[in-house]
Parts: sequence; C-alpha cells; structure tokens
Amino acid sequence: MKMPVNVCLILSFLMFGLVSGVVAPSAVAQVRDDVVLGMALEPPHLDPTTGNAAAIDEVVYANIFQGLTRIDRTGAVQPQLATSWVISDDGLDYTFTLKSGVTFHDGASFDSRDVVFSLERARGEASTNGQKGLFAAIETVVALDPETVRVTLSRPQGSFLFNMGWGDAVIVSSQSAETNKTNPIGTGPFKFVSWTPGDRVDLAARDPEAPIQRATFRFIAEPAAQQAAILAGDIDGFANFSAPESVILFERDGRFDVVIGSTEGETILSTNNLSPPFDDIRVRQAVAHAIDRVELIEAAQFGLGTPIGSHFAPHHPAYIDLTGTYALDLDRARALLAEAGLTDGFSATLKLPPPAYARRGGEIIAAQLARIGIELELIPVEWATWLVQVFRGKDYDLTIVAHTEPLDIGIYNNEGYYFQYRSEALAAVLADLDRTAIADQRFALMGEAQRIVAEDAVNGYLFQLPKIGIWRTGLTGLWENSPIQANDLTEVRWQ
Amino acid sequence: MTVSRNFIIGLGLTATLVTIAVLSLIWTPYDPEVIGGSLRAGPSWSHWLGTDWAGRDVASRLMTGARTSIGVGVVAVAIGMIAGVGLGVIAAAHRNWVDDVGMRAADVVFAFPAIISALLITTIFGPGAINAIIAIGIFNIPVFARVSRNAALTVWAHDYVLAGLAMGKGRLRLTVDHILPNIAPPLIVQATIQFGLAILAEAALSFLGVGVQPPAPSWGQMLFDSQTMMAIAPWLAIFPGLAIAFAVLGFNLLGDGLRDMLDPRL
Repeated sequence: MKMPVNVCLILSFLMFGLVSGVVAPSAVAQVRDDVVLGMALEPPHLDPTTGNAAAIDEVVYANIFQGLTRIDRTGAVQPQLATSWVISDDGLDYTFTLKSGVTFHDGASFDSRDVVFSLERARGEASTNGQKGLFAAIETVVALDPETVRVTLSRPQGSFLFNMGWGDAVIVSSQSAETNKTNPIGTGPFKFVSWTPGDRVDLAARDPEAPIQRATFRFIAEPAAQQAAILAGDIDGFANFSAPESVILFERDGRFDVVIGSTEGETILSTNNLSPPFDDIRVRQAVAHAIDRVELIEAAQFGLGTPIGSHFAPHHPAYIDLTGTYALDLDRARALLAEAGLTDGFSATLKLPPPAYARRGGEIIAAQLARIGIELELIPVEWATWLVQVFRGKDYDLTIVAHTEPLDIGIYNNEGYYFQYRSEALAAVLADLDRTAIADQRFALMGEAQRIVAEDAVNGYLFQLPKIGIWRTGLTGLWENSPIQANDLTEVRWQ
Repeated sequence: MTVSRNFIIGLGLTATLVTIAVLSLIWTPYDPEVIGGSLRAGPSWSHWLGTDWAGRDVASRLMTGARTSIGVGVVAVAIGMIAGVGLGVIAAAHRNWVDDVGMRAADVVFAFPAIISALLITTIFGPGAINAIIAIGIFNIPVFARVSRNAALTVWAHDYVLAGLAMGKGRLRLTVDHILPNIAPPLIVQATIQFGLAILAEAALSFLGVGVQPPAPSWGQMLFDSQTMMAIAPWLAIFPGLAIAFAVLGFNLLGDGLRDMLDPRL
C-alpha cells in the first residue's frame, strides 16, 4: 500500500519529535559552567583605581581585583586579602594580617609590599584615583613583615574598613599597575581573558573546579536591545536591567527570574544652586512642593522605586523619612514663587542624560513643574556631553541623575561640586561624622546631614533607583541589591 | 482625463490626514502634553486609542503628530522644490558649467543614503525639528533638480521654444513663460511622492532621537517610546505605526494617481 505523502511527513515529524524528545533532556542535564551577563554601559577602561565609572567596578570588583576588605551582598564589611585585623584603642592603628599563598594572575606573589604600594599610589600626589577621599585619613602605611601591614590614621575614621572594601581601594601589583587599564591583573578568582571594545569582556576562572569557568560581560545600551538579547537567549541575564516596563513581560515568562532590589542610586533633580532663580531657597522649595513622587514613580518607573526626601538610601539603618519635608502642595509652591517675586513663573532648562529614568522622569517633572508656572525646556544629552557641560562645566539649571555611590551625602560638602551648594552647618556635621566611630552617634549625625540638605531643598529628591535583576531560572548567586557597584560572580552557579 | 482608483484612495487618505492635522490646531480630545490620569490604559470610550506611559492621550498625540509630519513635509518639499527646480531649469537652459557642476553635486548628494546624511546634519547642528526639516529638505534638492532638468530638456527641444529663442527671447524669459508651465505636471507628481518620503524620514529621525524633541509629540518618537512596551501596551506601537503607514501610502497613491492623470507620456 502506498502511503500518501502528507502521512509520511506527519510520521517523520513524529519520529523526529520522539528522537529529539529522548536526546534533548540528556543534553541539557549537564550543568552549564559559563555565564553571560549583560551590562548597560561599557567601561572606559578596566582599572578601578584610576577611574570613576561604575561600569569598571561592575566588571572587575571581586572578580578580578580584591581589596583588604570586601563589601558583601548585604553591604557588610568582610575580610578579603586581610584575614583579620586589630584596631588600637585610640582607633588610629589598624594592623592587618594578610592571607598567605595568594598570587596575582601573572604569577607574582602577593605580600605586604603590594598593600603599601597600592595604598601609597592611591593617596599619593600623582594619584588619579576616582575616590581619593577614601584614603584622606591615612597617615602612614608600613609593612611590618610580608604578612602584616599597619595603617596609621591621622584621625579616627568610623568608615575606614568600609572604605578599604571599595573598588577604588583594591590591591594591585607594582609590576602590572600601569597596564591594568587594558590588561587587568589582580588576585581575584577570575582572570581577564579579552576585551572586545563595543561588545564584551571575557573572564576565565583560575580554579578549574569552580562552578563557573567562563564569564562574559556584554555591553548593550538600548533597553529594547537588552530585552531582545535576553529573550533570544544571547545573554543569561542582566543584574541591572534598564527598562522597568519590561518587568511585567519577564515576570509572565517562566524562563526567567525577576528580582527587584535596591541600589545605592539616589535619583535626584540636581539643581544648580548658583543659577538664578534657583539660588533663592524659596524657588527650590517651590520646586520641591510641586514634585509628585508617587505620580513620577508610577509613570516613569512603572511603579518601581522608593520615594526619598533627602540624599540617603532607604535601606540604610541611618535613614530617616524626610519625604514630608516639602509635601506635594501646589498652592504652597505658587505662594513661595510669588514670595520670590516670580508670580508669573519662569523658564529654565532641564538637561537629561540617556537613561530611561532621566529621559522619562524629565518629561514628568516638566509636566509637574508646568502646573506651578515653571516652564522647562528639555535638553537630551549624551553622557560625555553631560560630564563636560553639567558635571564639570556646571552649565545647567536642572538635570536628573542617579548618584550610585554608597553613603555619598558627603558630596554636598565638596568644594566646586556641580550642585554649587555651601552650608556651614552641613560642613560641621560631616566633620563630626568623620571623627566619630560609634555607630549610634554616626547614625544620628547622618540623620542630621540628611535633614540639612532636605530642608535647604538643595536638589529635588525623587526616588531610590531600583535594581532590576532579570536572569534565567536556574542561575543563582547574583546579588539582589547593590550595596556597592559590583557584579560579584564568586557565588554564582547554575542549578 | 480619467480619475483612477489610486487617486481616489490616495486623495481620501491624504485629505483625512490634512483634516486631522488642521483640526488639531483648534481641537484635540485632550491636551497632548498633559500627564496623569490613567497610565497605559488600553483603548476605551474616554481614550479612543488608549493612553501612553505618562497617561497622555494617544489619539491627541497622534493628531498633533500629524501636524508635525505635515509641517515637516511641506517645508522640506518646499526647500527641495525651490532649490532643486531652480537648479534644474537653469542647468537645462544653459547646458554649461552650471549644468555640469549642479548635476555632479546632485550625484554626490544622491550617493549618500538619505538617513545617514540627515543623521550627520543633525549631529553637527544639533537635534531638533528645524534641523531635521533642513536635512530632509536638502535631500529633496537633487531629486527635483534631476526631474526638472530632464523634463525641461524635452521642452527645450520643441520648435516653439526654439522659435522663441530665434526671435531673441532670453533664456530666462523662455524658462518662465514656457518651460516651467510645461514641466509642472511631473513636478507635482514628484512633490507628492517626496511628501510621503519626507514624512517617513521625519518619523525615522524622531525614532532615532534627532528629530522632533519631547514633549512635543511626533509619530517616530511615539514608536521609539513603545519599543519596550509592546508586550504590555501594544496600542502604543500599533496606532503610530498605522498612522505612518497610511500617510505614506496615501501620498504614494495620490502621486501615482496624479501621474496617471497628468503625465501625457503614460
């Protein structure tokens, strides 16, 4: 009997299905030992001790480079290259005992000379470190023996061990320090393999038994492209996904885990405090009264984000809720503008860097301020332009940006910082804070600092940027929150 | 002269578009720039085409966007037509170095993909509606220069034009009196088609972020915003997409229809 062609086809499809059904599970049963993570921004180079860009730390921190201490996923300080330390009673001497048997990726052994070299390099005159303030309290660094280092501070500093855990304070070798920008050599569990500019950085595990042998960071700026790359399986996930609107899509899709955490990013309407009329506190207060954070978060962030009333992360124990300092009150806002002699409102510019939180947030802020007669011209700018014009040139009225360094309220006291804000009261509080090591007193002073910048309405305080983690189900060990800029791969594995 | 079906459909679509754009000057269902209310709501009685991520009415934004598109089209085609036709008829009238230089320059402009060059212009002079219009307009110049030159050369070959020349009438005079009226039909057809292309180019530039700047609505920018929201709010992509498709289709059909009616060679 001759079989009709279509029956043959159906049969062959069925057989093919059976065969692939049998083969497929055994093929995937093998646990993967590689991971491909996406990042929105590409690092300008790979040396965390000579650059400010968060993207550098997001590739190298804890993976390639290690410090004396490290910040863990909860934000707590843990031992790293220093296994233990003793602090003198006056809080000035820190004696670190170093881990033994550690080598750099190029084979050079790690000892106390590398610590002395790294810290002296970071705090020296010629230092190009992005966070020189971390090392400001250090007076001397002395190698007592190959496995012991004593750091003496000029004044007690409560945050010293935390500071030593930053990416900017990692330990580098004197032999490779100069070339770390393109060929980073550290002591971490992953070795640098290659960097394809515009595309990816590849890392490989040093330990052949490690659950992740090959790790890749791919750089994808466009939210739509990020979404497509995850859906297509080109990348396994994003620790910090750019588009909050995609969360619903991924939550519906059983192939992915969606983990919403918190970042250290206080998203603020940065205000040029020297640019009229924003030099008048009543105008800044009026702006603060006109901002509707709930509406902003709902529209621009699709509901993801925690309202903040000052420059402080809500998950920090010293946080105080100051969102009520200038509660939403359009009548009060108009009255303040009238007091400042601006009954008819005024116009100003709002420069917006590329992230969606800024571009969308800007449209919402413009619409909200229009309600009290402030007309904003929206000027979209690229990051390079933003750095030159706004951050360095201070040529702006308003801008929206997330400040992602942890515990960074100290920037309000930086000479020549782009807010152009000065406050003697704040300077005094921060000086006290620097001298205080007792946690309760530190928290009280941090609260005081939060209150001062909130009441002076230095900037418009909008929301804490969420960390939107999206990755394939089965991938575990990525951080839920980002207490520090990092994609720590040391606990990552497939299940 | 028979009226083709293309012409009727094209006229219908473009007339609707123009009517909507004009109507948006005096009335839109909501203020297209006011945020709030229900965010990302699907089409309903109160918002016919839904609301966008910031709670703005999509129908109102499409209407205002139509105005932007038509405005860009009119000015860009006008720039291209005035400069291009001027260049074309002068080249045809003299057949001298103006012809050579003008046509080679047109070749150079033709050699670059329009969008790439428009991006170049807006990158140098900054993003914004005005620069986008200029960029698109510059790209219309060689098109009109070519069409008008070729058409004018045909007219120049006619005996009555040569007779005029022999009687001592100036070349410029002849161009104004005889050439321009006779090359009008193909130019009108070309203008209609370029209009559709200009709308498409403006949408592309706004999609790339160098055209009309927010919060002023434009179709391309609405499409860009909708990219990552397709799964949760498909209407944000569908309606601007349909608007662009129908506008371009309308102008192309109108152009085709006009050609059938006006061009004696077909």
